[in-house]
Amino acid sequence: MNKQAEYVLRTVEERRIRFVRLWFTDVQGFLKSVSIGPTELEVAFEEGMTFDGSAIDGYARIQEADMLAKPDPSTFQVLPWRNEEQVARMFCDIYTPDGEPFSGDPRIVLKRNLERASEMGYIFYAAPELEFFYFKDSGPVPEVLDRGGYFDLTPLDVAQEYRRNTINALEHMGIPIEHSHHEVAPSQHEIIVRYTDALTMADNIMTSRLTVKEVALQHGIYATFMPKPLEDYDGSGMHLHLSLFEGDVNAFHESGTPGGMSKVGQAFIAGLLRHAAELTAVTNQWVNSYKRLVAGFDAPIYISWARNNQSALVRVPSVKKGKPSSVRVEYRAADAACNPYLALSVILAAGLAGIREGYELPPEVAADIHRLTPAERAAAGVKRLPETLSEALDTLERSELMAEALGEHVFDWFLRNKRREWDRFQHHVSQFELETYLPVL
Amino acid sequence: MIVAVHPAESSEGVADGLALGGATVTAAPDLVPEDRRINDSDLLLVELGDQPMRRLRELSRIVESIGLPVIVVASVEHLLLMEGVAGISDFLMTPVDPLELRLRLQRLTITEPVDHLVEFKDLELNPLNYQASLAGDPLDLTFMEYELLRFMVDNPVRVWSREQLLSKVWGYEYYGGARTVDVHIRRLRAKLGEERSSWITTVRSVGYRFG
Repeated sequence: MNKQAEYVLRTVEERRIRFVRLWFTDVQGFLKSVSIGPTELEVAFEEGMTFDGSAIDGYARIQEADMLAKPDPSTFQVLPWRNEEQVARMFCDIYTPDGEPFSGDPRIVLKRNLERASEMGYIFYAAPELEFFYFKDSGPVPEVLDRGGYFDLTPLDVAQEYRRNTINALEHMGIPIEHSHHEVAPSQHEIIVRYTDALTMADNIMTSRLTVKEVALQHGIYATFMPKPLEDYDGSGMHLHLSLFEGDVNAFHESGTPGGMSKVGQAFIAGLLRHAAELTAVTNQWVNSYKRLVAGFDAPIYISWARNNQSALVRVPSVKKGKPSSVRVEYRAADAACNPYLALSVILAAGLAGIREGYELPPEVAADIHRLTPAERAAAGVKRLPETLSEALDTLERSELMAEALGEHVFDWFLRNKRREWDRFQHHVSQFELETYLPVL
Repeated sequence: MIVAVHPAESSEGVADGLALGGATVTAAPDLVPEDRRINDSDLLLVELGDQPMRRLRELSRIVESIGLPVIVVASVEHLLLMEGVAGISDFLMTPVDPLELRLRLQRLTITEPVDHLVEFKDLELNPLNYQASLAGDPLDLTFMEYELLRFMVDNPVRVWSREQLLSKVWGYEYYGGARTVDVHIRRLRAKLGEERSSWITTVRSVGYRFG
């Protein structure tokens, strides 16, 4: 047993931890948990805990139901929101009974993609901006808590305290927060998590989502990462800030270039742009995700890049002088309801394809793309992101790069499951249709 | 092991001993605390030679701020001058036996496992059970966070570069790159909380310092 695992065993004993939750994620990004007592922990480290994989969305078929969850001791954390009894958590990797890494486990999918990056000499870093809404409850009619706006600091922002408690809890768990503020829409908030390596970040996103919801629950309200809960206001996105490092050197940085962006960085952006439509089904995986990707709400719709243009899909944020390490790329389409392991996997795969194949970076589109006429957009070679989940799935299905990035198991299951979701939506007769058509047709 | 030597030109026995010990030698022509060559080393070796008073005086000025083990080479008639000079970890008499120097280098650079309670203000680190506490409340750290904090609390004041922290805390088998250090320092600061996060200061383009 390694030193990290020993450290966990000792801490569990010293801190009188009653339960350890073994966390893992299903293909759609729902957090799953198996609780074990301290006595089972040693076995879990050595052999893994057996559980029924057929009960997890996107895992095994019935005939191969048994799965092993092996906790990663470096992710051990005591959960700060249970005061009465000590509960801790660890993220797990899932193995088949033969001891093979299970290709349906999103964490293992991300690890494989990170290995590909490391074979090319890169470490992948990410930092998300997590947007979410607070509502009075989880009922079907969302009720906002305030009428505050962007960066407001007034008594209107009743949610300040919830946000502060959330940040305290996250920092307790070793998730440093860069800052947080009230977002544009009423009752909408944003927490910006500090960058770290992509695997830790995917774990951190899972932990952050749960923490936001737990703290809300403690205050008797409901927090949601649903991409577009209010028709007339901005939706909740998850802008991702990305960079590749070669050892200690930011591979995206080169002095004297526009924006300090190196050839590697440019090729990475070119990869993101060329494969953006293919990966959208993963970064925006719900029917509702596409209600956010519409004109007029600060969300990207067209596939373009720019240095300082809020309508671009990929942005190169300006960086303070003398901070080459913070030169980065911001991908603005993903929403916070994605599976972060898979979203980071497909984004990385697209960027690496750009580097490997030496894609040429198309010219920057500095104009507000929404104001361009369709002809002007066509002339600039600017295409649109998929408009619906169905279109996104068609584009995903044709992508060999995405099939490779996700692995056959996840790729097939994801397409099957999401097609079903689309079919259910297609059957639904909406309020819009009843109100618009019934009186006149 | 990196050994900074002063004066820059070593005597024969010292040079042979350093070579025998497999040390990487870096010359420190001036005994000043700002010298990166001294700060980036694991040990400082000063030969008193023919300027014993001056070198001891310079050494005593920097010895506290560099926080390195210091080994002094002196002739028999200069031995008494060292009396009362703090911070000298070991000494050798001329003529230097290379084998003796090698053994002394080894003894000085092996870090003894810390088994005492490490304290700083209201922070306590207990190496017997790997537990940390702040103002009496348990502080939940991961293994690497604990090891990093323990190392920094145990070696305060001096500035540690990211590379040094990587090799001292993570060990040489770790290839994650120095960004790992930044990430862990941020996590530690987050866990220490706002008031105490300033215990760890960032020294621009050098590294980190505790206390």
